[in-house]
Amino acid sequence: MRIDGYRYTWRLPLIVWQALFFIGPLMLMVAMSFWLVRNYRMTPDFVFDNWDRMMSRSFFWDAYEVTLVRACVAAVLATLIAFPASYALAFKVSDTVRRWAIFLLVVPFFTSYLVRIYAWQVLLAESGPINAVLGFGGIGPFSMLNSGFGTMVGYMTLVLPLVIILQTTSLAGIDRNLIEAAWNLGASPVRTLFRVIIPAAKVGLIIGAVFAFILSFGDFVSPFYLGGSKPPTLSILIIDTTKSGQQWPLAAVVAIMMIVTLFVVAVAAVGAAYGRRRS
Amino acid sequence: MTHTKFTRRTLLAGTAGVALAAPMINRAWAQDPVEINMLAWYGHAEPDMVEEFEAENNVKFVPKYYAGGDNMLALIAQSPVGTYDVILSDAEFVQQLNAAGYIEPMDSSLFPFDDFWPEYQNFPGHWTGDQLWSVMVRFGLLGVAYNTDALTRDEAMSYNAYWNDKVAGKVGHFDWHLPSLGQMSLLNGNRSPSPYDIDEAAWKAVQEKTLTLKPQVGGYFDYGGTFASLKNGEMLAMAGIGDWITAVLRKDGAPVDSVIPEEGGIQWTESYSIGKGSTKAELVNKFIQYMLSPRGQVRSIQMAAYPGLSPTKSGWKAIQEANPAEAERSGLIEGAEQSPIKLLSENRVFLRDIPRQQSLEDWNDFWSEYKTA
Repeated sequence: MRIDGYRYTWRLPLIVWQALFFIGPLMLMVAMSFWLVRNYRMTPDFVFDNWDRMMSRSFFWDAYEVTLVRACVAAVLATLIAFPASYALAFKVSDTVRRWAIFLLVVPFFTSYLVRIYAWQVLLAESGPINAVLGFGGIGPFSMLNSGFGTMVGYMTLVLPLVIILQTTSLAGIDRNLIEAAWNLGASPVRTLFRVIIPAAKVGLIIGAVFAFILSFGDFVSPFYLGGSKPPTLSILIIDTTKSGQQWPLAAVVAIMMIVTLFVVAVAAVGAAYGRRRS
Repeated sequence: MTHTKFTRRTLLAGTAGVALAAPMINRAWAQDPVEINMLAWYGHAEPDMVEEFEAENNVKFVPKYYAGGDNMLALIAQSPVGTYDVILSDAEFVQQLNAAGYIEPMDSSLFPFDDFWPEYQNFPGHWTGDQLWSVMVRFGLLGVAYNTDALTRDEAMSYNAYWNDKVAGKVGHFDWHLPSLGQMSLLNGNRSPSPYDIDEAAWKAVQEKTLTLKPQVGGYFDYGGTFASLKNGEMLAMAGIGDWITAVLRKDGAPVDSVIPEEGGIQWTESYSIGKGSTKAELVNKFIQYMLSPRGQVRSIQMAAYPGLSPTKSGWKAIQEANPAEAERSGLIEGAEQSPIKLLSENRVFLRDIPRQQSLEDWNDFWSEYKTA
């Protein structure tokens, strides 16, 4: 068997990168989940105590459920909110406007996510400007901070620009002849949207939703600073676990469960995105 | 060959030149400041605390700040011996520092224990027999922190204030199980020997009582979140904190205050130790002496990051002279209603501790369960 050296040389950086910064740390974390902490110092071992302990606690499964549900809601919300904007950018504006819009969608990433969340703290506070404006209309005040709503606002701040960019790219790549053909054959705009545009942009829409899920599932900042840790998500549980007694092995158990979940969701999503095309 | 002729004018010019250049020469000749590595809570190596000592002794503090005693112990455990010259620790962790061999023995004759209030002279855990391991420099009390527009002082004089309808959904927790659960334990009447030394039945009762508070709770906050939520009125009462936060907010004009309720308060205590293997023990001792001096205590009481109370009589006298309003506000006047010494004599102050009959993990697991309930 002849090894294609040229091809493997180009693949090498990716393999080295993955080995150094993903596979290596992942293996270490898996090993760490079987270690013990003695006198605030981790001791290599091979015991199942951490797994037993974390898996048997109701608070872990409660936090797991909360995290999963909120990430799903964030993915669906982001997809729905982003779609009209993406559709407009893909089909209703000139190339120049689209380029500017995409640039402007990238601009929020120039600022730290944490800073943007602190800004939301001010805006969403009961004594903040949003409630002040609502107050002029005789509405409110509403408790938006330290709630699921606050957390969701944070998630959207994190994921929405990215989802719009992914959706726009996907929608803009649709063959216009397909849309025109649907119209010529008498399809209504709604029917064209659901039977032609969405199926054609399926990959981008699913990938956008998956990114929204992944980022929300692992986010610590929004549920902590806008949700008031009420209830805590898995990321907050990791912080709590390491804060008390330096239980990094227990935190590793939580982290591995998160990675497994994300892996399953990502594989299922890729299957859903590309599955039918292969057949 | 040219000869320089020295006249009175050249002599004066030369002298003036040397005089003008003297500060530069002096600075160039001066030794670089000695670096003292400090492991402490945030704020202890900031200019408002150490600039005077640094200038007088040509030293420079290099801080490593931690967030919590567990974090402190882990940082020491993961560092080579001698990394930290001076370690600031909460009282409940001093014994663990000592047991793990992380600190050096100290010479008690170097410190003015006669000036300490008797209640703090032989502080638990700081001594083994006659051997001193750590010197207490400040403390504070945790009680009911509340928004003065929402609750009256009388209403706040019991931990039952957290269940008051006026603060429904607006009770926050400082996100650390020890202070909040200690307060719940006090509310359940666990005073002797300590709210942290309770049997299984009492621990179960504390858990049940704590869970009844859940509908009132608006969130769990870190240091910054606690400040923000009290300041912007999102939270109207906060469990697990005290004057160390509300005093800073009051200076900012926020309508908040804290009191030690009838059931008693939890005391936090900060003490300095010399890190194992430090080669700068002499300077560290000098620094601790400075912090215990009246001017050091005045700085400590008014520390910008979070204020503390003074364990020394001269510290009380000094703050009464330097800032009478602050002395009155913080109760550093003998006989004042919320004077810590008076509260101690009334058996209304209990040292924050680690659980004595349960494991730390048990308390932490319950805290996680409570948060997800």
